[in-house]
Amino acid sequence: MSALLQVNANGLYCAVGAFYIDPWRPVPRAIVTHAHSDHAHWGCAAYLCSTPCQSVLRSRVGSDSNIEPRPYGESFDINGVRISLHPAGHILGSAQIRVESRGEVWVVSGDYKLEPDSTCTPFEPVRCHTFVTESTFGLPIYRWGAPSETAADMNAWWKSNQQSGKASVLFAYSLGKAQRVLAAIDPAIGPIFGHGAVEKLNRIYRETGIALPETHYAGSAPAATDWSRALILAPPSAHGSTWIRRFGTVSTAFASGWMRIRGTRRRRSIDRGFVVSDHADWPGLITAIDATGAECVLVTHGYRAPLVRWLCEHGRNAKALETRYDGERDEGTESETPEPDSPDPDPIPQVPA
Amino acid sequence: MRAFAQLFTALDETTKTNEKIAALTAYFASVPPADAAWAIHFLIGRRPKRLIETRKLVEWAVAEAEIPDWLFGESYQAVGDLAETISLLLPAPTTSSELPLHYWVEERLLPLKEWDDAKRRESLVTAWRAMNERQRFVWNKLITGGFRVGVSQSLVVRAMAAVSGVDAAVLAHRLMGDWMPSVEFYERILAKESADADVSRPYPFFLAYPIEGPIDALGDIHHWQAEWKWDGIRAQLIRRQWRTFLWSRGEELITERFPELEALGGLFPEGTAVDGEILPWKNGMPLPFAQMQRRIGRKVLGPKILADVPVSLLAYDLLEWGGEDVRERPLEWRRETLEQLVSATKSTGRIVLSEPVNTASWGDLTTLRREARARGVEGFMLKRKGSSYRVGRKRGDWWKWKIEPYSVDAVLIYAQPGNGRRASLFTDYTFGVWDGATLVPFAKAYSGLTDEEIRKVDAFIRRNTIEKFGPVRSVRPELVFELAFEGIQKSSRHRSGIAVRFPRMARWRTDKKPEDADTLETIRALIAGA
Repeated sequence: MSALLQVNANGLYCAVGAFYIDPWRPVPRAIVTHAHSDHAHWGCAAYLCSTPCQSVLRSRVGSDSNIEPRPYGESFDINGVRISLHPAGHILGSAQIRVESRGEVWVVSGDYKLEPDSTCTPFEPVRCHTFVTESTFGLPIYRWGAPSETAADMNAWWKSNQQSGKASVLFAYSLGKAQRVLAAIDPAIGPIFGHGAVEKLNRIYRETGIALPETHYAGSAPAATDWSRALILAPPSAHGSTWIRRFGTVSTAFASGWMRIRGTRRRRSIDRGFVVSDHADWPGLITAIDATGAECVLVTHGYRAPLVRWLCEHGRNAKALETRYDGERDEGTESETPEPDSPDPDPIPQVPA
Repeated sequence: MRAFAQLFTALDETTKTNEKIAALTAYFASVPPADAAWAIHFLIGRRPKRLIETRKLVEWAVAEAEIPDWLFGESYQAVGDLAETISLLLPAPTTSSELPLHYWVEERLLPLKEWDDAKRRESLVTAWRAMNERQRFVWNKLITGGFRVGVSQSLVVRAMAAVSGVDAAVLAHRLMGDWMPSVEFYERILAKESADADVSRPYPFFLAYPIEGPIDALGDIHHWQAEWKWDGIRAQLIRRQWRTFLWSRGEELITERFPELEALGGLFPEGTAVDGEILPWKNGMPLPFAQMQRRIGRKVLGPKILADVPVSLLAYDLLEWGGEDVRERPLEWRRETLEQLVSATKSTGRIVLSEPVNTASWGDLTTLRREARARGVEGFMLKRKGSSYRVGRKRGDWWKWKIEPYSVDAVLIYAQPGNGRRASLFTDYTFGVWDGATLVPFAKAYSGLTDEEIRKVDAFIRRNTIEKFGPVRSVRPELVFELAFEGIQKSSRHRSGIAVRFPRMARWRTDKKPEDADTLETIRALIAGA
């Protein structure tokens, strides 16, 4: 008997239901966990996603795309396969996909985190037989601090820049991370501006009913704007670009889980790194995996090999799953994701599409 | 420790000189003198030798973190820094500590040397439990002898000058030599007046920048004194109170390693300091620097090595004469007096005057410079006549005018990840040249590429790995780099039979294919010409 979901050249495929989850090529039918570009590929004939994901996905794959939204927790059938979507806590609309056929239950988590985040529905553990998990930060060096402390650090950085007459430019991935930072920061400190890419998603978040502090589009700010009091949110690709020059003297910071490592921060030549991630840290991964009660764990993108080995040593049947997801990366630049694990010792056999 | 860890973070988070000085100044102004003294000690790069074996440190950290050894290994690979890996893996602190830096250093760090393993372990674990990640990182760096932070000594001195009002050059001099960080020391260096008690203390070395732009922009050649630039160990030989001290530029007291020069110092008049270069020297000629390396590596200097590789001091300048600091006197005066000293002591065969090279024009000097390699020198030093001997690296009065380095095109064949800032990026490369149809490893190089180029090469390595040997990867031989290096000679310790000095990447030759790289044969010809 072949597995309920298998990786083929196009993505993770359910042969019984004839659909893909997060395909990396255009396919007839795609169920999408969330709208980040490594999970939501353009050009599919039909998309299915969570209701809160719909607008964000539309902005990414094209306004005339065929997108079918489904509320979290509602079950439906595709070719006899029972499917439901459950919050993953990663970004607005992110979902774990529960797939059930003949009593066998799989859950594909996409990307997820367990920390509280007011900009999306919190992660919800789902019992299953096979759990497909990410491993972006699958090493015990990755442990996130309390979000309130990180927020306090960001506020303090902003205030101190104001005192020394510098604009505060904070780089954050424009979908998800930027909004999370916005929701965490104290808007009373000063005016907040956004890069066009960030503003576009802020608007969609607000339209979906997510409360965010007031922001202004940096591109239409008057020439006389006093940037030294401002916080400017921009995608990482704006770092080092001429776009930054308009703000005069700046202090730069980057919000990312990778900022936990000193070398990664220094290599980027930014002034500050804030450890803010939309992915589970090591304890988060272990907690989430435990909560599923899964007998089999398939590990995708990230530090696959260490997580697989750790799980196997702790009595789980774990395997690496070869996919093309990136995890947390820098928009518009080459991926900074380290590639720590060797080619998979036991790859899932690829079936022809 | 809290304040020192905060200072470290502040220095680590900015590249701007003014901000670094502000952070240092604020620190010195706010901490007790005993802490400030230790901070200076560490900031200017002095540190205790490794006090504990890495293996034990890792063992205790792994037990405290409750993870298997292999997971520590994986984590270390991702971080690339031992002290940091440990600080990130340990569980959250259970207490906090307001104890000052000097307590941690004097009561907890230095005694590690004397304690047995049980005591060491207990002390380290309780320290870790009382520190946050930032403090642990700094603490682990101090324990492992790897503490470094992005400030130069001159920045530290500028901050101390700002706090104390004492002249920076005076402070720099007071920081030289052998001293123990203490309250007394701190008060002494910041004192307005000081009867300097340390007889061994050397002067800060005057260092030159490479010449910028065309040589004749320096003006009339007669305003300049040219000397050959030697490649040895820059040193100061000092005679005070009937004792001799030999200091390296790294401020290491190396008297015992050069008994010939200790004997030479014994002939100097009381109160003398000479700046020069230690060179392996035989029959009126320098020996290749590799000979010196043979000698430096030895703990015990037997009669054979002393006979095989004798050294001389190439005398450059005179800094103290008759117990008086003469650095402010004009170059000509110092030179004339130095000549007297050398001629009075040269019968020992251990001192040689660095002779001025007189030519009528820059053109003539340029011609002469082509002989540099054959003479075993690196080029010229140019010193402005009438100039004083200054402190540290300064533009204007001294310039170094080195010959072009050797250059060879070689193929990237092995790579391994770097450390610290370059951890988890492949930045350390081994290059091969052709020996018939095979590429033999020829040199390793780590520097010379931009961050952007490193990222591209890193991506290439990940896509084109052939085999992995621990952290090292063999790579499909496709990328060609122009390597530059200063010296070349035969070596039995290298597989190619060749050793080069200071290899680095001069350029990424994207225009060349691997088959265009140089051959061992053409490189051997360089040795013949050297």
